[in-house]
Amino acid sequence: MRKILIVAAFILLCGACKFNGEKKNLPIYGNRQPVAKTVNGKMVTDTIYQTIPAFKFVNQYGDSISNKTLDGNIYVADFFFTTCPSICPVMHRNMLDVYNTFKNTADFKIISHTIDPQHDSVPILKKYADKLGVTGNTWWFVQGKKEDIYKLSESYLVRKPQEDVKQLFIHDGSFLLIDKQKRVRGAYDGTDPKQVSQLIADIKTLQADPEQVAKK
Amino acid sequence: MKLSIIIGLLLSGIVLMVSCQSDDQLEYVRYYSTGRVLYQSKCQNCHGAKGEGLQSLIPPLTDSTYLKTNKIVLACSIKYGLKGKLDISQKTFDGQMPATEITSVELAEVLTYINNSFDNNLGVVTTQMVNEGLNKCN
Repeated sequence: MRKILIVAAFILLCGACKFNGEKKNLPIYGNRQPVAKTVNGKMVTDTIYQTIPAFKFVNQYGDSISNKTLDGNIYVADFFFTTCPSICPVMHRNMLDVYNTFKNTADFKIISHTIDPQHDSVPILKKYADKLGVTGNTWWFVQGKKEDIYKLSESYLVRKPQEDVKQLFIHDGSFLLIDKQKRVRGAYDGTDPKQVSQLIADIKTLQADPEQVAKK
Repeated sequence: MKLSIIIGLLLSGIVLMVSCQSDDQLEYVRYYSTGRVLYQSKCQNCHGAKGEGLQSLIPPLTDSTYLKTNKIVLACSIKYGLKGKLDISQKTFDGQMPATEITSVELAEVLTYINNSFDNNLGVVTTQMVNEGLNKCN
């Protein structure tokens, strides 16, 4: 986490010099790799950013949801399970604010991954969504192979979920903001209403980013 | 000199009277403030800072009529957990509340807090009331 913060601080610092006076840009998190390539006979250095790898899950309607389904969307991801007695109700109380703000935005999604797919079947996810008052195709509750979900959580810079002695899950309450290029652009504590307000503001900033507007 | 003694006696008399009168009030304040801390650590995640619950998943604690009629049953529910259908605030809930390790005093405190927050105004719930209620748990 500290590393991420240092990287984030560094990016912000660079941003401060480079884009001085311009509209605020969100940082890009994760590893990056400079690559040299030839454009019009000249050598230029490009940067490859860390992106969310391919995945395939099923949502509360029984529809397949893959990385391709999310092409052209800005989305927020989190990890939860329906029987979670601790932080999940707080997270999803706060996520409802995000949902209600953007539920009529076509190229915006929320993906909540269950980390207990054995219990959280498609009908249980549907029931959960109904009870939460979530309809339509803005907020998807997805399940899949447990190993896949746990593995994927690493790419979201989320602490890998673990099962403790009581067979309950420990997971962190992060909300991750992902851009249309599938890069992590923000991480927020989903249990803190203030940080969730910041997330809503950052989604609006990202939506207005020319790079995101151009990307279909 | 005499005057100060008289004033002193009078003052101590007043203090005595006030302290007798507010014994209940003192108990209430003590229960309520400890109850708030308990609520924040054990209940708030699900039931919310304003007792608002969560949509149709988690019932709110704002239904005074329900609280009033179930004051004692609630001690059982908090201690031993709750499962099955429940009608609160014109909504049907069908979830599960986990059991909690909690003492009778703590139950009285947290119930006093709930019964007198979120626009509820139902007075103190004493440890004695809780103990009597717990004897009747199913």
